[in-house]
Amino acid sequence: MSHPAQENAINAGRLTRILIYTVLIFFVIYYLLPLWVMVSNSLKTLDEIRGGDMLAPPADITFEPWRQAWSQTQIGVEATGLKPYFLNSIIMVVPAVLLSTLLGALNGYVMTKWEFPGVNLIFGAMLLACFIPFQIVLIPMARILGMLGLAGTLGGLIMVHTVYGLGFTTLFFRNYYAAFPTELVRAAQIDGAGFFQVFRRILLPSSGPIIVVTIIWQFTNVWNDFLFGASFSGYSSTPITVALNNLVNSSTGVKEYNVHFAGAILAALPTLVVYIVSGRYFVRGLMAGAVKG
Amino acid sequence: MKLKFALRTTASAAVLCGAASMAMAAEVEVLHWWTSGGEAAALNVLKEDLEGKGVTWQDMPVAGGSGVEAMTVLRARVTSGNPPTAVQMLGFDIKDWAAEGFLGDLSEVADAEGWDAVVPPALQEFSRYDGKWIAAPVNVHSTNWMWINKAALDAAGGEAPETWEDLIVVLDAMKANGIVPLAHGGQAWQDGTIFDSVVLGLGADFYRTAIIEQDPEALGSEMMVEAFKRMEVLRGYFDENFSGRDWNLASAMVINGEAGMQAMGDWAKGEFVKAEQVPGEDFLCIRFPGTQGHVLFNSDQFAMFDVSDEKREAQMMMASAVMDPSFQVAFNLVKGSVPARTDIPDTEFDMCGKKGMADLAEAAANGTLQGSMAHGHGASSNIKSAIFDVVTAHLNGEYSAEEAAEELVAAVEAAK
Amino acid sequence: MRDRFQEWVPRIVLAPSFAAVLIFVYGFILYTGWLSMTNSRMLPNNDFIGLANYTKLFGLKHWHIALTNLAIFGVLYIVISSVLGLFLAILLDQQIRNEGFIRTVYLYPMAISFIVTGVAWKWFLDPGIGLENTMHQWGWESFEFRWIKDRDFAIYTIVIAAIWQSSGYVMAMFLAGLRGVDNEIIKAAQVDGASGFLIYRRIIIPMMRPVFLSAFVVLTHLAIKSYDLVVAMTGGGPGRATEVPATFMYSYTFTRNQMGVGASSAIIMLIMVFSIVVPYLYSEIRHGEKQK
Repeated sequence: MSHPAQENAINAGRLTRILIYTVLIFFVIYYLLPLWVMVSNSLKTLDEIRGGDMLAPPADITFEPWRQAWSQTQIGVEATGLKPYFLNSIIMVVPAVLLSTLLGALNGYVMTKWEFPGVNLIFGAMLLACFIPFQIVLIPMARILGMLGLAGTLGGLIMVHTVYGLGFTTLFFRNYYAAFPTELVRAAQIDGAGFFQVFRRILLPSSGPIIVVTIIWQFTNVWNDFLFGASFSGYSSTPITVALNNLVNSSTGVKEYNVHFAGAILAALPTLVVYIVSGRYFVRGLMAGAVKG
Repeated sequence: MKLKFALRTTASAAVLCGAASMAMAAEVEVLHWWTSGGEAAALNVLKEDLEGKGVTWQDMPVAGGSGVEAMTVLRARVTSGNPPTAVQMLGFDIKDWAAEGFLGDLSEVADAEGWDAVVPPALQEFSRYDGKWIAAPVNVHSTNWMWINKAALDAAGGEAPETWEDLIVVLDAMKANGIVPLAHGGQAWQDGTIFDSVVLGLGADFYRTAIIEQDPEALGSEMMVEAFKRMEVLRGYFDENFSGRDWNLASAMVINGEAGMQAMGDWAKGEFVKAEQVPGEDFLCIRFPGTQGHVLFNSDQFAMFDVSDEKREAQMMMASAVMDPSFQVAFNLVKGSVPARTDIPDTEFDMCGKKGMADLAEAAANGTLQGSMAHGHGASSNIKSAIFDVVTAHLNGEYSAEEAAEELVAAVEAAK
Repeated sequence: MRDRFQEWVPRIVLAPSFAAVLIFVYGFILYTGWLSMTNSRMLPNNDFIGLANYTKLFGLKHWHIALTNLAIFGVLYIVISSVLGLFLAILLDQQIRNEGFIRTVYLYPMAISFIVTGVAWKWFLDPGIGLENTMHQWGWESFEFRWIKDRDFAIYTIVIAAIWQSSGYVMAMFLAGLRGVDNEIIKAAQVDGASGFLIYRRIIIPMMRPVFLSAFVVLTHLAIKSYDLVVAMTGGGPGRATEVPATFMYSYTFTRNQMGVGASSAIIMLIMVFSIVVPYLYSEIRHGEKQK
């Protein structure tokens, strides 16, 4: 973070600073605990898990559960591990994220720079759509996908995720572009630039931070979705969350917790990586306007 | 923008449809919740069998406690006009889907292979609708079992309990020995599983009138109050941490001697066997005390949906393969259940499996085979859930036994 | 000067999104409204029965438990996440060493779904194998933490896990807000002799108003959808002590074959959400307008 934060800092004494660090470290532990439980248990043998202390580190580290979860464990009738489902998720997530981000950007652009009567009402309607519980859309959505011939296809899933991502992506871009100087847009128009030219030449180049925020948000939501994935995917398009659930929640099988935890971490890896790698840009992106009302 | 997107998705849909129609000659799409471990591997036997006959198996596994998620997915699939070929289903769900007119007709295969003669009538109740065969039963689970740690029982007197009074004596002795007498997991369906057995223990007729026929008088009777009182007594033998525990963790408590016994269906045997326990030596399987000679069952069946003509041939082949004795043996050995056909020799099964098969045949012959409410074979799912609500609330101290019986009448009435 | 075509382009660009939202959100809400007045059971049907489902719904003890839980959960979750998020952001804004690391640790839970972390939380909170057991093994025999097994406290464990998931995200939003505050204002206040505490309370926190809006939107959105969380951690138990409207709706619609009642609960939920969110959004959008 290059921004000069220091001047905001309270001029505090030594004691206060120790206190601040103590609190911060306490919360580091709080946030890391579940991850620790998962990682340490994924490296234990099943016997050790059965007999032992959940919080203790593994006595003998074994990577066998990881190997199993990735490529050997039984998911449905086939012993493929999570590997093939990983690819399905990626094929689904990438277009869904890009589409909803692009549409969100265009919507935000229209709502802030090309306002017309009623545009705020449309914004309100789209924002409110963020609050719809997804359970109620299952049945009617299934019917519509059936009518469009998209039932059980990746195309159908991509469409569903794009539609239900629009509310948030539009919100992010609208708030970001609201802070963008309108004079620049007007000046370009006077120079004869059209709607799309202005968007491409003026707004898009400076949208980096908000694109990062939007992509992180959408990527996380689409990747982690279970309900739509289970209901609208077909035999060859099952996403990884559904596969993970099949591994973890099978009702009457023997529970191999170490494999389950390893699988869970594998399934979460892409989102974790996205957060860790782009975390610094994320706060910068939020700072650049996403949080401004 | 939007147009390009639409074009692209239709294009990809077309590709997928094209691929599908090429393979259409012989494929079955199967929705089920045997998604991991041994049972999924066992299902693979069926898949390989079909593939040997040129039928492609498209697997649609959806996990989640006794098929809850799978049934949601099924609704979405049927609503979109694209039902799977075969769906794993339990009891009343099969009837409900048949009543909606979505299931196909297997009578051709069933008549040719004589299913009538080998499937117990109590099961046929769920495999047939209006005289037509609509589903192929895979197995019969029985739910009124108790699994006892042999060493713990020996320390508590050594006699396997046969009556409710015996049971209390043994549980008390186990408690005195410092172990958890009864391992239990507080989840609605597990509470319901014990409740089933307790009600059956008060009389098979009572079970039928109260649970299966849902006669309000029986539901609110003194006998029902007694059933709830017995539930309270049993609760006194749980440990404090029972709520929310998975059933297999409760089994593990029995296996490692932390607990004395568990009331659970026969799938629990898999846990014991997996832990290298030998039936008769390390653990015992007995009927829930007071229910000897009676069997509460649930049966996983593959309900066959009404599909287009070109898919029907493969569907019939699958139905036939499910009923094949060799598959029935191979699958049920892994699953802990017993075959749905009564004409299969028990040679390959262990002591508990043999007992299960003998009990089933006897109960089928004597008319003491009844559907398990907790597992979808005693009442439709709305009634089942209503009963679960009351049983669970009572077990967690929300109602007294008397109030629970009253609530039960009201809840069942409201759910109808 | 824009020509007529340019005049229409923005509307054409916005139209598909708006149409999609109109159909896939509001159309579906209307459809659910219709379902709630039918006798739908396993699948939708069109037998109109008026408001009978609503009468039935409010007669169910189950539903009352779910509503109470949502109130407890929603309020605690939104308030604590916001306050904690702000608090951590302020602490993290004090030239902290390893800020990047700490920030990532606070933020990562948002990246993981509850299908993944539910089991870990369940274990951790379970007195038999989790924290209580560990404390006992470490020699603190009298330590007791069994909320997840207690009917009256189980809902609070859901709150703990939910806060764990999203407070870091809220922290990042506030941190971004704090970094955007003009240093000149603070300097001026310091010159006037205001203490650090006073500067935060009087000047900086009031400037965070827009961040509170965004946090509110995100948190409300998550609170309503708190389905996986409950299912993964308690399955609605002990008994039915942690049932929330989302789980209620799901079970009545899909597993209890009472789709009509499920739909009516969805409508009530939507009415509640909209009656809280709409006035707030309205005033905020208005507020933003005036400032322009």
